[in-house]
Amino acid sequence: MTETSREAVIRCDGIWKIFGEKSRQAMDAVLKQGLSKEEIRDRFDCVVGVRDASFSVGRGEIFCIMGLSGSGKSTLIRHINRLIEPTAGSVFIEGQNVNAMSAKELRALRAQKIGMVFQNMALMPHRTVRDNVVFSLEVRGIDEAERVRVAKRAIDAVDLTGWDQKYPDELSGGMQQRVGLARAIAADPTILLMDEPFSALDPLIRRQLQTTFMELSAELHKTTVFITHDLDEAIRIGDRIAIMKDGVLVQIGTPEEIVTEPADDYVADFVAGISKLDLVTAARVMQPFAQYRQMNGDGDPAHWPVARPEDKLNALVDLAIGTDHPILVKADGANVGVVTKKALLRGIQGREDAAMEVA
Amino acid sequence: MAEDKTFNWLDPFSSVDLDVDGRTDGIKQWAIANREAIQPIKGFFDGLIIRIEAALQAVPPVIMLVLLVLIAWQAAGRRVAILVAACLVALGFLDPAAWSLAMTTLAIVISSVILCVIIGLPLGILAGKSDRFEAAIRPVLDTMQTIPAFVYLVPVVMLIGIGNVSGVIVTIIFALPPLVRLTSLGIRGVNPSVVEAARAFGATPNQIMFKVELPLATPTILAGLNQTIMLSLSMVVIASMISVKGLGNEVLRAMGRLDAGKAIVGGLGIVILAIVLDRITQGLGRSGRARGHRHWWQAGPVGLVVGLVKGRG
Ligand SMILES: Nc1ncnc2c1ncn2[C@@H]1O[C@H](COP(=O)(O)OP(=O)(O)O)[C@@H](O)[C@H]1O
Ligand SMILES: [Mg+2]
Repeated sequence: MTETSREAVIRCDGIWKIFGEKSRQAMDAVLKQGLSKEEIRDRFDCVVGVRDASFSVGRGEIFCIMGLSGSGKSTLIRHINRLIEPTAGSVFIEGQNVNAMSAKELRALRAQKIGMVFQNMALMPHRTVRDNVVFSLEVRGIDEAERVRVAKRAIDAVDLTGWDQKYPDELSGGMQQRVGLARAIAADPTILLMDEPFSALDPLIRRQLQTTFMELSAELHKTTVFITHDLDEAIRIGDRIAIMKDGVLVQIGTPEEIVTEPADDYVADFVAGISKLDLVTAARVMQPFAQYRQMNGDGDPAHWPVARPEDKLNALVDLAIGTDHPILVKADGANVGVVTKKALLRGIQGREDAAMEVA
Repeated sequence: MAEDKTFNWLDPFSSVDLDVDGRTDGIKQWAIANREAIQPIKGFFDGLIIRIEAALQAVPPVIMLVLLVLIAWQAAGRRVAILVAACLVALGFLDPAAWSLAMTTLAIVISSVILCVIIGLPLGILAGKSDRFEAAIRPVLDTMQTIPAFVYLVPVVMLIGIGNVSGVIVTIIFALPPLVRLTSLGIRGVNPSVVEAARAFGATPNQIMFKVELPLATPTILAGLNQTIMLSLSMVVIASMISVKGLGNEVLRAMGRLDAGKAIVGGLGIVILAIVLDRITQGLGRSGRARGHRHWWQAGPVGLVVGLVKGRG
């Protein structure tokens, strides 16, 4: 909801991908009769990879797609640069229909506008770090001097200065994925597609790479689709998160929306273990000021600690520790709401009814 | 056909004669009839082989020996170079005529292998890319490798006549399959995610072929080349039956005269040549980085020269 005002850089409209020889017939049958995944498998011997996925990503936004392995994330992201043809639906990049592009236009799009990072790095073992990083420039016929310049900038950006003449197998896994990242940003693309880029790495290294990525991202403002099977990573990195299950996007929303208003039991199970402290805002747990007044009548808000609606639970806890009063929520100078101790505790627990409970 | 014999259900084969040999013998007539048409092509290849042989014979043995040792050093390192040097010296002292005979054989082998590469590499790439082509060519390759050489010796001679060109053709028939097979295997063995990455960064199909697939398949392709060279060498005795000169011919003649000594000399010459070519091509197959340096021009005699030039400049 926060992104609708932004210009959509990537827009996917009703993407379906059915794998198999009879995918067309399966697709027709699905549209007419609405078959389930199992029925499609049994009747047409086809696998449904993606089922009617629609979403758009605004300029500069980081859009996370989260789901368990086999849920169709890799299949979906490969539609954006048309490494996979959809069975139905289309993809638009900055208003241009990717599925209507000629082979030449598509190559130009891939080389200049889209950078991609892969879970298994997919570096070319016979090329040095530098030649890997500027591969997309080389295939466009850009001259050596320019390539050297661009490679240096990209390699410096991922903290690999001095490693440009090494071969991938001389680098650790984390460093290899830094090369992958450098290769993706080298051509200064508009869009980054990241397919579980850090999943194969050790937790500590993963954390370092997340940090590098977020610093880069803050600096470069690339429109990013980021795939992960780790909800913590999605929450840490994403502006918005889409939850994917069996090829279907079951919910799309901000991290706070996903955590506080899970669309179904599946999402609820996922978010159950997530700490709400840095996600949930005062606006979500507060009781409207008028309602509080009506129920409690007395009390002088002058001595109460004051918070803003967008303050996170963590900040509210700090405020609540020094006082016995409830917390007053003010926006633009007006009293908009009250967070009682009870509502705060319920909010930390992640109970939806936090604000509605009578103090 | 076999009208006189009564048909027996338990042994139908001896009473039915489809006359396969009589019909296929027509290939000989066809070959003889088309001799004229083939002559210009034959002339071209004959010239090529003669020129290669003349070049090899023109170089004084000691200079050729040094050249081969340098190539071995560059391709496979110092130890192989020493082995190659020892082998070549032994070859030279085997018999006063051995060196010259070996060069003749080498010329035939080189011609055959060049043609094998020209034919086999594209076929192998195609087979690596297309399952249908692979399925179609596989039985052909099996046939080429298993059919006894004597079967195609006659039609080839009828069509082209005895001599070097026929020798090269029968050698190719036998030596080509491993190159096609291993090229296909090498292309199929390339990590698909690397190819996908190349596609994702905007490479054309040709660029994917030459910048990703072929370089990554090179070690396997070179293993195929090594096999092809070895099989070419193993054909030299059979090729000498259709009047190809060289070491093979020595063995054949010695056999005719039951001259064990001469046969051993010719045979050893072939073995030594095989060892030399095998070690050099195997060295090519292993990447330079596996032997601890990054680029081929940083090692071996070239590395030495480059180092000297850089050291001065
Ligand atoms: N080329 C293909 N042919 C057939 N089925 C495929 C193909 N690629 C993916 N699938 C199937 O589609 C589903 C989604 O796969 P994928 O997109 O790789 O999932 P994820 O990336 O979320 O782990 C899986 O069931 C997988 O088996
Ligand atoms: Mg995946």
